[in-house]
Amino acid sequence: MKRYNEKDTVEMRQVYADTLLELATLDPKVVVLEADLSSAITTTKIKNQLKDRYVNVGIMEAEMIGAAAGLAVAGFKPFIHTFANFATRRVYDQVFLSLAYAKLDAVILGSDAGVTAEHNGGTHMPFEDLSLMRIIPEVTVYEASDATMLAALLKQGYKQPGLTYIRTIRKQAITLYDTSELFETGSKTLRKGTDAAILASGIMVAEALAAAEELAAQDIDVSVVDMYQIKPIDEDAVMEAAETGAIVTAENHNVIGGLGSAVAEVLAEKKPTKMYRIGIREKFGQVGTADWLKQDYGLTKIDIVKAVKHLCSE
Amino acid sequence: MAVHQVKDLSLFAQEIRYYTLKQFVTMGFGHYGGSLSVVETLAVLYGKHLNSTPENKTDPERDYFVLSKGHAGPALYATLFLRGFIAKEWLQTLNQNNTRLPSHPDRNLTPGVDMTTGSLGQGISAATGIALGNRLARRDNWTYVIVGDGELNEGQVWEAVQMASHNKLDHLMVFVDDNKMQLDGPTKDISEPHDYVEKFKSFGCYSKRVDGKSTEAIDQAIEWGKKNKGKPTVIVLDTIKGQGVHVIEAMSNNHHLRPDEETTKKIMRECEALGERIGVST
Ligand SMILES: Cc1ncc(C[n+]2csc(CCOP(=O)(O)OP(=O)(O)O)c2C)c(N)n1
Ligand SMILES: [Mg+2]
Repeated sequence: MKRYNEKDTVEMRQVYADTLLELATLDPKVVVLEADLSSAITTTKIKNQLKDRYVNVGIMEAEMIGAAAGLAVAGFKPFIHTFANFATRRVYDQVFLSLAYAKLDAVILGSDAGVTAEHNGGTHMPFEDLSLMRIIPEVTVYEASDATMLAALLKQGYKQPGLTYIRTIRKQAITLYDTSELFETGSKTLRKGTDAAILASGIMVAEALAAAEELAAQDIDVSVVDMYQIKPIDEDAVMEAAETGAIVTAENHNVIGGLGSAVAEVLAEKKPTKMYRIGIREKFGQVGTADWLKQDYGLTKIDIVKAVKHLCSE
Repeated sequence: MAVHQVKDLSLFAQEIRYYTLKQFVTMGFGHYGGSLSVVETLAVLYGKHLNSTPENKTDPERDYFVLSKGHAGPALYATLFLRGFIAKEWLQTLNQNNTRLPSHPDRNLTPGVDMTTGSLGQGISAATGIALGNRLARRDNWTYVIVGDGELNEGQVWEAVQMASHNKLDHLMVFVDDNKMQLDGPTKDISEPHDYVEKFKSFGCYSKRVDGKSTEAIDQAIEWGKKNKGKPTVIVLDTIKGQGVHVIEAMSNNHHLRPDEETTKKIMRECEALGERIGVST
């Protein structure tokens, strides 16, 4: 079994800056938009190379989204970043109407996913960005789980028409993929098992892999699938996972509207299966270290192990 | 109105500064720059003008305060401790797991905090609603709010000002902490500020610029503002990001710091020297 215990050598934010520089160098239509959180995501490093195609509008998230829409009308391809809470809930109508409903092409990166907002606390902790983005028609929604994937998803977002939302952490992720890996189907099966399947996204993928090892030591053999494409959800992957008869979803996000909901919707209509959703339940964010927050909200491998064992013993 | 006034406001400001630094040093990181630049304003408000005490903090007749630039929370917590709202031990818990003192003020966690803030632009809107509500209830108390100069980027701030001015909220006093810096750098490089005082005047407010490093100047401006009738008052404060702490003032970006050991030592040295000067017991 492959071990997943090393961190990426590059931070996710560095991947964002590097990939944007690469795309912007190839394509003069690429424009980078920031709202006074450019240093936080390190695009300050590329602003000199991008010249006037880097615009830091200031603390004006609504203006940033509206201007991105206008840039798209004028034939440009905007890449927009701010913290995920601001990128979605703060500017929801602008995202909904000016970008999605107007059917314009843009990529939004929402950083500091869930508990990784740490000491910025409840005002800055996005547990609902995936839900908000998922209910908008025709939007592609991803949650990146490591550096290789994030680079690939950014390029995918660049290529595909319409609105793409990518959720990420800002710092280093656990390495899950070789740099040659391709991300085409919407999911990645990292481990095959027969007793149950854990469908996870973002930082919860590594947690799920650790849980799977622990379960294996107890003779419970589970699949682990990285469901990085939250919308459209990979229905085939969900149906295959359902063959095990027990599904646990794991997300650093509210259980309503995100990955857990997306999986439940497929199962309810196509193949009702025992399942449990690991995620945030009726709680707001708060300050704390990511590790402590994971414990407090029940997002650890121990919580996953418990959920799997509970389902398997039913 | 029954505020127990602090005699020496500039000394009070230094005490707030001292306990603000202490919290950051204990935690190891935080929004140093923007917390330090509001210290003098908090001192004048809580030391003299703001009728809000641990005893009357739930009395609707009290004055209200909103820290719209919520990331300066630690300076407010130091003030609330010095005014008896919270215990000294609380200051050591800034941003710790399970704390009641999070980065950004939370009205449900910390006694004395009137409004939850942290998403820039929203606090000032809430302040206009508080001022309107007080007037609807025929109360003549005051609502004070501090916004950052970067925060003025947000369209919502200008919506709030328009609403306040149209509705003649003359018991609303807005302070702009004009430290000329926001997160990514100097405010003028990110979004040209033009003349704030002129802008606020043209939006229908009383406005003037004063030295935000001087408790005396701030005090005088508030006295002036309290006499204004029929329009809201906006006081633009000339401040320095990192105000009053040399090592921090000198940094090119001090918005959020996680100082290394050496810098922490320098900050602590300055903090202790300050503590000795003003005679606080550690
Ligand atoms: C709506 C919103 N966008 C972005 C942020 C992130 N943020 C926190 S502080 C800050 C800069 C604030 O600058 P300013 O208002 O001038 O405050 P100060 O200089 O006093 O720290 C930013 C962008 C936020 N808290 N809220
Ligand atoms: Mg500022």
